[in-house]
Amino acid sequence: MDGDSSVLLKTPLYDWHVAQGARMTEFAGWAMPVFYTSIFQEHHATRTACGIGDISHMGRLRFEGPGAAVFLAELLTRRVGDLKLGQIRYSLITNYEGGIMDDVLVGYYHDEYGQPFYVVVVNAGNREKIVRWVHQHLPPERANAPGQEVLFSDLTRLWAMFAIQGPRAIDVLQPLVDVDLDSMRYYKGHLVRILHPAAQRQGGIISRTGYTGEDGFELAVGAGVARGVWEAILELGKPFGAVPIGLGARDTLRLEAGMPLYGHELTEEINPFEAGLEYTCYLTGYDFPGRDALKQLQQQPLRKKLVGLEMAGRRIARQGAAIFQGDRQVGFVTSGVFSPTLQKSIAMGYVPPEFAEPGTELLVDIRGQRELVRVTALPFYNRNRKKKNAS
Amino acid sequence: MSAFQYPDNLRYTKTHEWVRVEKDAAGGTTAVVGITAFAIDALKDLVHVELPPVGRKLQAGQEAAEIESVKAVSPIYCPVEGEVAAVNSELENQLEHLADDPYQKGWFFKVRITDPAGLNNLLDAAAYQKHCESESH
Repeated sequence: MDGDSSVLLKTPLYDWHVAQGARMTEFAGWAMPVFYTSIFQEHHATRTACGIGDISHMGRLRFEGPGAAVFLAELLTRRVGDLKLGQIRYSLITNYEGGIMDDVLVGYYHDEYGQPFYVVVVNAGNREKIVRWVHQHLPPERANAPGQEVLFSDLTRLWAMFAIQGPRAIDVLQPLVDVDLDSMRYYKGHLVRILHPAAQRQGGIISRTGYTGEDGFELAVGAGVARGVWEAILELGKPFGAVPIGLGARDTLRLEAGMPLYGHELTEEINPFEAGLEYTCYLTGYDFPGRDALKQLQQQPLRKKLVGLEMAGRRIARQGAAIFQGDRQVGFVTSGVFSPTLQKSIAMGYVPPEFAEPGTELLVDIRGQRELVRVTALPFYNRNRKKKNAS
Repeated sequence: MSAFQYPDNLRYTKTHEWVRVEKDAAGGTTAVVGITAFAIDALKDLVHVELPPVGRKLQAGQEAAEIESVKAVSPIYCPVEGEVAAVNSELENQLEHLADDPYQKGWFFKVRITDPAGLNNLLDAAAYQKHCESESH
């Protein structure tokens, strides 16, 4: 284990990970598995069958009450009020300068009494920052405003969350839940009963979402039954070749799929236009922090743009590596891995728009050596989608 | 944990290189250098090696090569003072098999030793194994 494990947060599966002999590491203040067997094996299992990952470290924030929809619309860059029951959206939270504070998923559900609530899933490393930001914008007089009350709670430690990803994910999970997964569309979620004694009659929330570029689901269950449900899923998955996967494969999978990671492609020094996330900014609705700055930025020429990069050789251009055009530094790398699917060294990074055209050849400095790199269209990897699920 | 093999005829460093001392035809002494099974297991998911040019003069402890895995890049240090006499250019194409045969096919480079006294600073198999056990706790 890198770092002092005694001060780290532990997911409800921590003991299971350790008992499996997982290589553990510190990630965003949590003790998390990097891999159980190897990153490559877990990556390939996810692309060809099913990979099951513990993502309980991600923050789960709940908002309810008659004022919740407007409160969230005034916090997130994306529209919230028109979400249909069970609909999920990718959104950003920006600061007053338009810099990206976090990228989140917001989902809209009804509880068992038909009362509406929202779940906002935030990055583990940003949870404390976003919780402070919420409290800053939700003083008691607003939270208790008659007729517009907002009840906010951080459920992160109360729930566990699993990502079940890959072409066989639907076969693995279907026997476990009482909703028809085949008819569930991408970016939809549902409260479910879990049809296994390990769940002790508790339910959960399932959504057709993920961070791997594959079809798949994310399932949230109570922390107390998490280990039993996790083991039940692995058991159901065995005949389909499903394996547990760590954060190492999660990173290679998301990078092949061209998905940004907070702290790498997204930071407070980067705005949504630069990150190619203009579609998440609804600038003509509610006034959220950063909206006016984003309106200004929208009028200005882009200074840098997120691109895919493919190395000519096998060395990996990692976060912070400088990108050169001739002798002039023009950009920087935000993430790099060796792609297990493409068998190539790939990366993402920021360069000025004039160098962002696919095919552009640039150089990247890897420990003092300049290596050839070519700008490529994102994503690096695209799965073959089943026609009936294409939207 | 001693699931890994550390042959008795080799010498080792605390930075997980192994050394096999060979006499060459000219009567000189050559060190064949690789990395141990312990190091290969710790690195996991190897993707690339960078080997030194033949003829490069190296000090003991100087960075000579690098090995890169999905997660990180690690330097490989030259265990004794000398000059690079040969490199294993086959290695790049068989990284996934490095763990199967780290001490024969898995050599990285050969150094013509210029300071044989430096060999005395290396660990024997038993001392190296102790060192690994202390590192894995």
